[in-house]
Amino acid sequence: MTLVFGVARGSPVTGSVARGKELYESRCTACHSLDHARIGPAHRGVFGRHAGQVAGFDYSEALRSAHVTWTARSLDRWLTDPEAFLPGQKMGYSVADAQDRADIISFLASAEAR
Amino acid sequence: MIKHQQSSHDTSRRRLLLRGTTALSATAVALLAGVPAKAAKSATGQDASRDAAVLNTALALEHEAINAYTLGAQSKLLEKPVLAVALKFQGDHKVHRDRLVSVLKTLGATPAEERTLAVYAQALDVEKLKSQADVLDFAAGLEHGAVNAYLGIIPSFADRPLAKLAGQLAADETEHFVVLSQALGRELPAPLSFGV
Repeated sequence: MTLVFGVARGSPVTGSVARGKELYESRCTACHSLDHARIGPAHRGVFGRHAGQVAGFDYSEALRSAHVTWTARSLDRWLTDPEAFLPGQKMGYSVADAQDRADIISFLASAEAR
Repeated sequence: MIKHQQSSHDTSRRRLLLRGTTALSATAVALLAGVPAKAAKSATGQDASRDAAVLNTALALEHEAINAYTLGAQSKLLEKPVLAVALKFQGDHKVHRDRLVSVLKTLGATPAEERTLAVYAQALDVEKLKSQADVLDFAAGLEHGAVNAYLGIIPSFADRPLAKLAGQLAADETEHFVVLSQALGRELPAPLSFGV
């Protein structure tokens, strides 16, 4: 099992990449992929990226105008309750378990921009 | 005696219906009445537009599924009986699409538009499909994702009838996933394995 312990863009990343990959494939790939915009934006390189900035993706106004950089902390808040974090956004899915969120975030952190 | 029992049954039924009616939310009433309910507040106070936004995400998912089956059918990789099942599943997704569009319009929302087949082909990376098994695996993956997505959005609806609709969609996608998995020779899913 690969664990990521480190600081990515100012936020600690402490989950399991391997488990995060499994969770990502199970829960997120209905709408997302790493490399292609689908129902949701592509995720590769999301860490450190400003919210609402993937070219060509039709974001909600809430995300387009958000002053948020995706870090472990902001992603954790987003996945906990997207609507509470950025009211008016489109995602209706949340991840209740803190360890699940940490693992998914670690997987996303490992998917660096090419 | 029989007449009395019938009367009693009718009274009970009316009570049940009345009880059910009083439990309906503003959006549900609007849905039944066919009245746009854009400004309606749900039973929990959540604006109906929030539910509509989640339904629009579901509609985008259905648009993608319909196009995914078109791409699978056009691949010429499917044997005739398999193609027939794929087209049946595509028809199911069209029913889902139509239902979601109808509900969204009732809510006063603008339904998400379908994109071009070429856009879906690129987004789904269908060039990687080289065999019938690849297509089945691809479709099973999308259906499994859809099951989890629909199960995942159920708690986000303020209005219970919409949560039930998401549950119905999840049930259909589960059927699709299981049939595709069986065609691939895979084992039946373990209990409580969806939505985790």
